[in-house]
Amino acid sequence: MISSSSNISSRSKGDYLLSGTVRLLALMAGGLLLLVVSFLIHESWPALQHIGFWRFFSDPDWYPTEDSYQLTPMIWGTIWATAGSVLLASPLGILSALFCHFYAPPLLSRWYRRMVELLAGIPSVVFGFWGLVVLVPLIGRWHPPGPSLLAGILILTLMIIPTIMLVAHASIAHVPVAYIHSASALGLSRWSMIWHIILPTTKVGLLTGILLGLARALGETMAVLMVCGNVVRTPSHLFDPIRTLTANIALEMAYALGDHRAALFVSGLLLMGLVVLFVSMAEGLRHRNTYVATK
Amino acid sequence: MPRARNPATVFLICLFCVCALLGQFPAEAKEEQLVITGSSTMAPLVSEMGKRFESLHTGTRIDVQAGGSSRGIADVLNGLADIGMASRALKAQENDLYGVVIAHDGVTVILHSNNPIQALTDDQIKGIYIGVITNWKTVGGLDAPITVVNKAEGRSTLELFLHYFTLSNRDIKAHVVIGDNEQGIKTVAGNPHAIGYVSIGTAQYDATHGVPIRLLPLRNIPATLKTVREGTFPLSRPLTLVTKSSPAGLMKIFIDFARSSQVHDLILKQYFVPLQG
Amino acid sequence: MSRQSRHVQEYGTTAIIWMAATMVVIPFLWLIGDLLWNGWTHLSWSFVFSAPQNAGREGGIGPILMSTMLIVGVCMGVAVPMGLGTALFLSEYTRHDHVLGRLIRGSLDVLAGVPSIVFGLFGNALFCQALGLGFSILSGGLTLACMVLPILIRTAEESFRAISREQRLSAAALGLSQPTTIRTILLPAAMPGLLVGGTLGLGRAFAETAALIFTSGYVDRMPESLMDSGRSLAVHIYDLAMNVAGGNPNAFATALVLVGLLLIINLFSSWIATRWTSLNQLPA
Repeated sequence: MISSSSNISSRSKGDYLLSGTVRLLALMAGGLLLLVVSFLIHESWPALQHIGFWRFFSDPDWYPTEDSYQLTPMIWGTIWATAGSVLLASPLGILSALFCHFYAPPLLSRWYRRMVELLAGIPSVVFGFWGLVVLVPLIGRWHPPGPSLLAGILILTLMIIPTIMLVAHASIAHVPVAYIHSASALGLSRWSMIWHIILPTTKVGLLTGILLGLARALGETMAVLMVCGNVVRTPSHLFDPIRTLTANIALEMAYALGDHRAALFVSGLLLMGLVVLFVSMAEGLRHRNTYVATK
Repeated sequence: MPRARNPATVFLICLFCVCALLGQFPAEAKEEQLVITGSSTMAPLVSEMGKRFESLHTGTRIDVQAGGSSRGIADVLNGLADIGMASRALKAQENDLYGVVIAHDGVTVILHSNNPIQALTDDQIKGIYIGVITNWKTVGGLDAPITVVNKAEGRSTLELFLHYFTLSNRDIKAHVVIGDNEQGIKTVAGNPHAIGYVSIGTAQYDATHGVPIRLLPLRNIPATLKTVREGTFPLSRPLTLVTKSSPAGLMKIFIDFARSSQVHDLILKQYFVPLQG
Repeated sequence: MSRQSRHVQEYGTTAIIWMAATMVVIPFLWLIGDLLWNGWTHLSWSFVFSAPQNAGREGGIGPILMSTMLIVGVCMGVAVPMGLGTALFLSEYTRHDHVLGRLIRGSLDVLAGVPSIVFGLFGNALFCQALGLGFSILSGGLTLACMVLPILIRTAEESFRAISREQRLSAAALGLSQPTTIRTILLPAAMPGLLVGGTLGLGRAFAETAALIFTSGYVDRMPESLMDSGRSLAVHIYDLAMNVAGGNPNAFATALVLVGLLLIINLFSSWIATRWTSLNQLPA
């Protein structure tokens, strides 16, 4: 932290207190993940012991009450649903944020943002319920059965657009006004300014928003449970029903005992593995693209 | 420059005080409490029973939590709950627990009300579910592919269904797998070519309130609460309260209350079948 | 680029952006429209304040509203200080590529992806059982705080980092202590981003269902203390829509109340933010 004194004896007491407090809080926050992971490992240990890790990929299918524990179709379901929704939601979210800042009249811009903030607080059950009674029958009329990968992607997109849009909005708000003025002074068109100045400057913030949205999509349980069909099968096209790892846990946890229950926790661990994978990929991208202007 | 009173700080301090005050009210002393966890099918019913019990016996608290039949039984074994709710009969390996039946529920096959089919034989239903019959015209309906709706594994409704039709879950070729009863009903109501199975009570309530579903008779016995009560309907399951040892004290008083005629109207309101007598 | 093709590009991109904005608005209006259409007739003041009856099919949501406010209050009360502190640590006390910082940041990103039901089971094991809090509003609030922390910290950290170096150098040159610098310069400057994080976190807290079923529970009685069990609005909506036959109308009405509540809170927090920023900013 930049401080006016390099002489330690002239630091105020408040400085020490603050420094200690933030360090403690940060350690607690960082330790939270350790707690969650150790909980998952503790609960999945019986399954890993009795069933063994590789059987989760090599067993013929998922019928845990008959001792068959293949997770692969559900992993694919999760990946396809998440990837699809992030691919749809990122451009929509970022373009909406640009809309709010540069294209919409001020009153519209304020209320548009309020609307998206409201969308962020709507419970996943409401999205799922609406999806089940409105979206799924529509898709079913187009191509039965209705509950499908497509329904999952659409609902997830709707759920993560607010995250991506609001974080992008805040990042754009932090672009120094001088940049925008200079762009105008140079006679750049609105889109040129956006493409060449705004987007590169806010790249880090935009990626953070996309990352948070991706995380939300990976972890979403209730809504996908209601609209995806929950059939354990690797999807071969958009209208196939899928079951995600999260929906699987939610569906079966209530009635699972012993090894079955532990196997569900193993799928939770696998999900965290997926998250770690995506997060490290994103972090790698961020580090290559960041130009550290502020520190 | 005088320090301006910061509204946000004032607000936060007030909020903190409110929260601190609320934390001060301890639960009333000498209160008797029962914790009941388990089946989400039974949770609304037992919750209503608990509320009526509390109004009749002041100073008691009946806390009902959902989480699934297996969780209820596990919590009773661990001592985390006093009573467990299970929407099935106790299994053989659970015979060191005490189970008391408080109501009955039936399981019915449902179709969309636009589907012209009025009845199906056991073999036809079995054929549809194992994927041998894939089009409605094979059983005398419209020319449309059948959408098979099955329940998720481990659910007592599924086990009942499998047991009755002598199938294993592996044999079933489903297009949609659902969790709770209402999800099944909404799925079938949204798809004119779907077939599924749910609790009779739920289905009967919804059908009489305008939801476009039809309950199919099984072996020519109509699927109504009446036939379940008479015992003639072939697919029924007991709703059970489970305790670790023979119920005593407040547990016994509540369980006896739950089996008495004082709660018959509550059971009927939730569309289950009360015990005889 | 010729003037004509530049005009075409400008019109084209403007059209695309307006289309994107419309595509986001339409499902939202559709959803809210459905909620209003199905739930408006069941909404009334007595609905908002009275207790639920007949498994929620009749009566209201008064106690549930109270439980929800308490749960969210506990959640934000714990998560905001902890989140701010951690964000300050990450932005002020570590370099961007410092190992500890990257580790904490990475672990928070992973935490953001943990499924809500896993959090529910974790919260049950840690708060309800290990810490002995049982099914309670406190357990629910603390579990939610864990879920909301990553969002708060990441957005707050980005906001702090976006503040230019000059502001900090000026503060140091004036001899301001670190707490003062943070309070008077950094916090107001970062306020837009902090509010976004707060809004997203609050939204998540109100929207969460699976985590709360296992921690704050299912009871719909008016809570008397933080140690009581109490269901949140989202859990109530889930129960009415998916578990109780005939619960649909009240589920819609409850959802409307939830959206209305969010609107009020959002408006209130932007009002607070404007006042805070204007009180603490030096005149231009």
